[in-house]
Amino acid sequence: MEALEVLRERLCARFSGIEVALIPNASPSGQSSLLLSGSGLREVAYFLRDDPALRLDQCSNVTGVDWPEREVVDTVKETQPGAPGEAPTIVERKIKRTEPGCLEVVYHLYSIALRQGPLVLRLRTGNRTDAVTVPSFTPVWRSCEFQEREVFDLFGVVFEGHPDLRRILMWDAFKDHPMRKDYVEPDDYEWEPTPHGDVLAKARKHYPVPMAPGATDDPATAGKISE
Amino acid sequence: MNETIPATPPPTLTPDERDDLRRQGILLTSLEELYNWGRSHSVWPLNFGLACCAIEMIAASMARFDIARFGSEVFRPSPRQADLLIVSGTVTKKMAPHVVRLWNQMPEPKYCIAMGACAISGGPFKQGYNVLKGIDRFIPVDIYIPGCPPRPEALLNGLVQLQQKIRGQPLTGADAPRHLRSDDPCDCPVPELGANDIEPSHTPALWSAPALPRPDKG
Repeated sequence: MEALEVLRERLCARFSGIEVALIPNASPSGQSSLLLSGSGLREVAYFLRDDPALRLDQCSNVTGVDWPEREVVDTVKETQPGAPGEAPTIVERKIKRTEPGCLEVVYHLYSIALRQGPLVLRLRTGNRTDAVTVPSFTPVWRSCEFQEREVFDLFGVVFEGHPDLRRILMWDAFKDHPMRKDYVEPDDYEWEPTPHGDVLAKARKHYPVPMAPGATDDPATAGKISE
Repeated sequence: MNETIPATPPPTLTPDERDDLRRQGILLTSLEELYNWGRSHSVWPLNFGLACCAIEMIAASMARFDIARFGSEVFRPSPRQADLLIVSGTVTKKMAPHVVRLWNQMPEPKYCIAMGACAISGGPFKQGYNVLKGIDRFIPVDIYIPGCPPRPEALLNGLVQLQQKIRGQPLTGADAPRHLRSDDPCDCPVPELGANDIEPSHTPALWSAPALPRPDKG
């Protein structure tokens, strides 16, 4: 398959209303991806499916990523003129900024006909509360239908143009989206003999063990009930 | 009903003496024994699987392990014709009301086997947001078979244990099975699917949270 930079140029030249950003992946898999934004993204999907050089006729995977709002610290180096006769000093300044959260949908596209792929596409919503709509690719690849329903169910992304957007794993009366980072699960912890990790934190909350005088708050022993 | 039938008198022959007589060709039995013997050897399970434990259940019903040796090869696709509910696998909260409804649709006498760690306690998914922490919160379980999943032999052993339990059931008195008593309601309340969890989280008559040993409280 052509390099992602070439494909990005081709998409930008052909479609006017969209922006395509290349997100590199430096890991051994090297699966870099294209972040699409703008309007008319379904036309882009049709193009990827029908273009004779690509023919990405199978969408094998649709999944979601939750990016909560986070604080990013940027380090800026500034050169300050030193005293006369001395070299200028370089001062590092740290700037805190808040990166807004969003929900992301990831598509993995393959071409059965040309035996190539995957092409990884990403779409992002405006935020995590009210602007959570992205265009559905189910009209383009039918295999997206259930997987987009799953992303809707677990992340709360609304797919515009999906023929049957309902919850698929949780029940219809369920209110939240369990795969979001800020999901609060039902408070129904029950004692178990060997808690660890997050479960240990829950165990301490639900079954506090009174500490003997002089005992330390050792994670290896806390939360366990002696015989 | 319980008041009118007198309790079974204690047997005057010991089992050893009866075995001696049996070797001589003299068969002594009681109606209770005969009735339970017949019941225990044709326990028809419900054709119902939930997860990987169901694969072991299917293996147990096939030629290699052959559950037919114990009279339970007739897996019924309808709860109306089944005697035994094998809860084989993870019960999600979404599935829990349907499992209870299936149990309610089965006619008495009926028995329940919780097969595998998930059906017993939620297993490896116990602290998950969508997994029921054991089916015994909603329906009465007769036999627990631990394992993840249990081997088909373990299921067969559980079935033999259930047969022993059936054979030991007295037909009269306070320990009579549910189908011979009028005071014990057969229906289990079906939980509702709420906004965040199933409601209620358990049936208080069947299950209550385990009390923890607290050495400091004496």
